[in-house]
Amino acid sequence: MAHGPAKGISRWLFTTNHKDIGSMYLWFSFAMFLLGGTFALVIRMELFQPGLQIVEPNFFNQMTTMHGLVMVFGAVMPAFVGLANWMIPMMIGAPDMALPRMNNWSFWILPFAFALLVSTFFMDGGAPNFGWTFYAPLSTTYAPDTVTFFIFGVHIMGASSIMGAINIVATILNLRAPGMTLMKMPLFVWTWLITAYLLIAVMPVLAGVVTMMLMDIHFGTSFFEAAGGGDPVLFQHVFWFFGHPEVYIMILPAFGIVSAIIPTFARKPLFGYSSMVYASASIAFLSFIVWAHHMFTVGMPLFGELVFMYATMLIAVPTGVKVFNWVTTMWQGAMTFETPMLFSIAFVILFTIGGFSGLMLAIAPVDFQYHDTYFVVAHFHYVLVPGAIFSITAAVYYWLPKWTGKMYDETLGKTHFWLAFIGLNVTFFPMHFSGLAGMPRRIPDYNPLWADWNMISSIGAFLFGGAQILFLYIVIRAIVSGKKATDRVWEGSHGLEWTVPSPAPYHTFTTPPPKEDMQSY
Amino acid sequence: MAAEQKKTKHILIKLLGLVVAMFVFAIWVMPPLYNLICDVAGLNGKTQGQYVSAVAAEVDTSRWVKVQFVAVNNEGMPWEFQPNEFSIKVHPGEATVTHFVAKNPTDSIMVGQAVPSMVPSNATNYFHKTECFCFNKQTLGPGEEAELGLRFIVDQDLPKAVKTITLSYSLFDVTDMSDSDVESKEQELQALHTNELSILTEFVPDKPRNNYIHVANRMQPLI
Repeated sequence: MAHGPAKGISRWLFTTNHKDIGSMYLWFSFAMFLLGGTFALVIRMELFQPGLQIVEPNFFNQMTTMHGLVMVFGAVMPAFVGLANWMIPMMIGAPDMALPRMNNWSFWILPFAFALLVSTFFMDGGAPNFGWTFYAPLSTTYAPDTVTFFIFGVHIMGASSIMGAINIVATILNLRAPGMTLMKMPLFVWTWLITAYLLIAVMPVLAGVVTMMLMDIHFGTSFFEAAGGGDPVLFQHVFWFFGHPEVYIMILPAFGIVSAIIPTFARKPLFGYSSMVYASASIAFLSFIVWAHHMFTVGMPLFGELVFMYATMLIAVPTGVKVFNWVTTMWQGAMTFETPMLFSIAFVILFTIGGFSGLMLAIAPVDFQYHDTYFVVAHFHYVLVPGAIFSITAAVYYWLPKWTGKMYDETLGKTHFWLAFIGLNVTFFPMHFSGLAGMPRRIPDYNPLWADWNMISSIGAFLFGGAQILFLYIVIRAIVSGKKATDRVWEGSHGLEWTVPSPAPYHTFTTPPPKEDMQSY
Repeated sequence: MAAEQKKTKHILIKLLGLVVAMFVFAIWVMPPLYNLICDVAGLNGKTQGQYVSAVAAEVDTSRWVKVQFVAVNNEGMPWEFQPNEFSIKVHPGEATVTHFVAKNPTDSIMVGQAVPSMVPSNATNYFHKTECFCFNKQTLGPGEEAELGLRFIVDQDLPKAVKTITLSYSLFDVTDMSDSDVESKEQELQALHTNELSILTEFVPDKPRNNYIHVANRMQPLI
């Protein structure tokens, strides 16, 4: 097993190595993050002042749509799959993923999916402009012709996610080293196992809903066409039946990441390991019975509003368990504040703020006021940016020395953190206020009443965007000229991935690790 | 290693089965289930299909219910479409007939489909349509006008709080999806045309000239 990677481009094209594929996922996701971020900056430029100054309204709609699609499907999801590829085999003492060829395939179809999606910018009719939620009939009757490219793009990225998820489930269930029982697995592995099941359950529903759109557009069916006996509201039900579990797909692995990082830098075992596992499973279960809280204003009967309202509020219980466990883990710990820890603490605080605005939105009667305003935008950016993006960033800083064998520059890392932290809050906190004052989502021009909040948001957005360029520089600098990292990397680190040398050899755990190396926090 | 691979294969097959099952669920289960739930619970303002009752309903003369009619054209539908009576007062249990008028002002054959919606939604299960033009597509030739009939009974069990029911019809242009209806209309018009020509040549004076205005006779039961 002494052979290393193949030479040249074929190493990357034909690789079945989980570390190579993990790296490709992460770089792809970062490229998509910059692309989606560019779209966001176009939006913020246009909204810097009231009035139409930079882009046409239709192009503005393309920007909001593509920003959402690229960030959700191109940046956040592949980043988590990349981390899973890198870390899960190393965390459970497996030599590789269970289905390495499928692993290669599930990555390599992704660039094609996004090429299809992004190529629509250069076609007649332009890119999708109906919002990332692509509600029918906006996405069917009134969609640009390029919607078919969007549909096939979604099909391909769905296939990629499903294959990735199947691979992760098979790896975790089948390739754990002897002695690595389920309740000894690191929490990142646990949350990913649950996430993978969510993906397998709902990505086919997404494929189903775009297939129904395809048939409505090209084959004369009327799933969502009222004229033919269909119902546009059905679209919203099917979409959110996928969409709500999807938002937990984007946050559960993040829970796993901070559950690895906080104990390391608090130098204490994770508080309440088993309650963390059960809380994750409860959140996953509840995610299937709350979807209609996205559509309180659609004309549901009172009974429906009540059921979905209470079920939604119930999610605060397992989520609260998690937040309290993280806080209790830090309590009286010997804490140090390296960059991954800073991002993780910011995650706990800011994600909780996002959770609270989520609770506000869960109250059906007040949601009628907040629905489709910037308050909603503020809410989901507070859970996604400090939730998904900060946790991924924390994970990169935390495991980068293990991947590359080199340390990043701590001062630059902390600078990145503070720029991102300030930029994020300056961008998204004012949106709570403009939203409560009534500013609707997805508009290129607005009442001057909201001008100040928008100007502040736009300034913050450019600060946040700039911080990500610094992030890229820090990572490249670490790879090129970072100081050599130790095998253990962090003083308080625990887990199998820290028992292998830094950088991690091309093949790890070709023989299972000894049982005494396995510690469950 | 072989046992491990067998186990992986086993997991793979199970998970692929789940994928297929969820896809089938999304396309073939969710839409019918949604319609079923809407029908049963009367949600979404969706009125029910044709009502057939074995026993004649008893008329409850102790109260009146106001039934309002709204006719709207969906975007791009050029027909003139409106109710003959905008509002009727009925007793629960009483069968009532009313008409809508539709006219196709264009030069071509068009097919329309009316889609009902009702407010308040808790009245939908108590509003029975024994005959309705909305059960079928309507085909109108160039310039043709038709009276479209609706026969309904408001159930005696209608909640007492409901004093007014509003029934709205949105008229959709479904010409593109109804080639067969357009064809049969074409043949009908052609037949009529040749018929009229022969009538003219035979000098039969008392033949009604306007014989293709049909009045409420298009109400065929759908189910």
